Amino acid sequence: MKISYDRDACQGHNRCYQLAPELFDVDEEGYAVLLVTGEVPAELEEKAKLCADNCPEFAIEVEA
Amino acid sequence: MTDTVPETKRPPVEDWATDFDHTHPDYAANAPEIWDDLRERCPVAHTERFGGAWLPTKAEDVRAIAEDTDRFSSRGIIINDFRPELDIAPRGYAPPITSDPPFHQEARRLLLPPFSPKKIAEWEPMARACCRELLDEVEAELAAGGDVVDAATAYAQDIPVRVIAAMLGLPPEDGDKFRVFIHRILETPGQHEDLDPGETLVAYLSEKIRERRERGADGEDLISYLLSVEGPDGNRLSDEHVFGTIALLLIAGIDTTWSAIGASLWHLAQHPDDRRRWVEDPDVRLFAIEEFLRFYAPVTMARLAAEDTEVGGCPVKKEDWLLLSFPSYNRDPEAFEQADEFVIDRARNRHSAFGLGIHRCLGSNLARLELTVAIEEWMERFPDFELADPGTVRWSTGQVRGPRCLPVRVLGREVSA
Repeated sequence: MKISYDRDACQGHNRCYQLAPELFDVDEEGYAVLLVTGEVPAELEEKAKLCADNCPEFAIEVEA
Repeated sequence: MTDTVPETKRPPVEDWATDFDHTHPDYAANAPEIWDDLRERCPVAHTERFGGAWLPTKAEDVRAIAEDTDRFSSRGIIINDFRPELDIAPRGYAPPITSDPPFHQEARRLLLPPFSPKKIAEWEPMARACCRELLDEVEAELAAGGDVVDAATAYAQDIPVRVIAAMLGLPPEDGDKFRVFIHRILETPGQHEDLDPGETLVAYLSEKIRERRERGADGEDLISYLLSVEGPDGNRLSDEHVFGTIALLLIAGIDTTWSAIGASLWHLAQHPDDRRRWVEDPDVRLFAIEEFLRFYAPVTMARLAAEDTEVGGCPVKKEDWLLLSFPSYNRDPEAFEQADEFVIDRARNRHSAFGLGIHRCLGSNLARLELTVAIEEWMERFPDFELADPGTVRWSTGQVRGPRCLPVRVLGREVSA
């Protein structure tokens, strides 16, 4: 599974950081920082999908 | 609904599609039903009240307005009979919530760090201690006789007041004053022409800011921070900017979170299955909190049309008001499966309780923390409770919606998790 994050669309809702701190950190202004490059570790695929499904700004996409 | 509808001076509403009034007590008691009805048959309601205003109810229209800061200005965000002066733009009365780009981004960036999730997490012990103290008081009251407590006034309302007072460095005992200011501004706007100027938020805050300046703004609180921080031009912020932002932080964080906590307790009081699930399954709580926020989103914002335009096919004139109903967005079946049902473990929940676009609620991390801690602590202490009398529950009017009177009966106080 691949994951991508659009920093320009992010408004700092922090839903991803809450749901999957293994995949997303936050910077000091509260914007998300994607911690993996491209490929999602197999055990985090469900969490990656949750992040994509809960971002109010559609800033996260996953591709199986 | 059997909830109490209090007396009002507002004229009765003939048809919510053509004459809506969100400051009318009928709206407060029945808002979700009104949105559902309008979304099906309208879906953009209009009123001649407030000098002309629109109420889009579909998620796609709400999102389109929130994302288009060129056509829809934040110069006015609380609908009332008067429009803020044009020359107050782009800062507005309470930056950054009343600011438009590009000024907005500069004003907002100054505030993002103290409200970022990691900074806000530092307030958790304080918020938790505050909840426990309030629950001790509730327990003492129950021990003194009776099994009914008003969860809105004896518990929910005090939590955000104490936390924001501490963040601003204001005395916690001024909480009652804050609530009076907020009630006037958010719940009954434009209905207080005969106020003594000495008794207003303006007078109170001006005095506190003057005191802080004289004392030397050297504290770690947010008022000191705003008095000492430099804007992007290298200068201190203007007095109007500092005042407006402090007013915003005080007003925006109290009624809103109080409403979310109260509405969540109102829900739990009536749903034993959800209470049980909360107690037995700690993993569901993260999802439950977001579902409370979706289903009982307290905040509706407003915009002013910056030009003649259209929304959902309706002709909107320059300077018309628009209500930005994030709560209605959250109930739109086109945006959510089973939109009209509370699903405690909802996994796909792209709710807009904290707004959408560049004005995403600055305090969202604080609100989420307070709501989570407040429900955790209440459920730890009183896992079983019910509405004492649904007829006495009263919901607020205006753009912040939550129960203001919420008597609950605490059940089986021996019940444990």
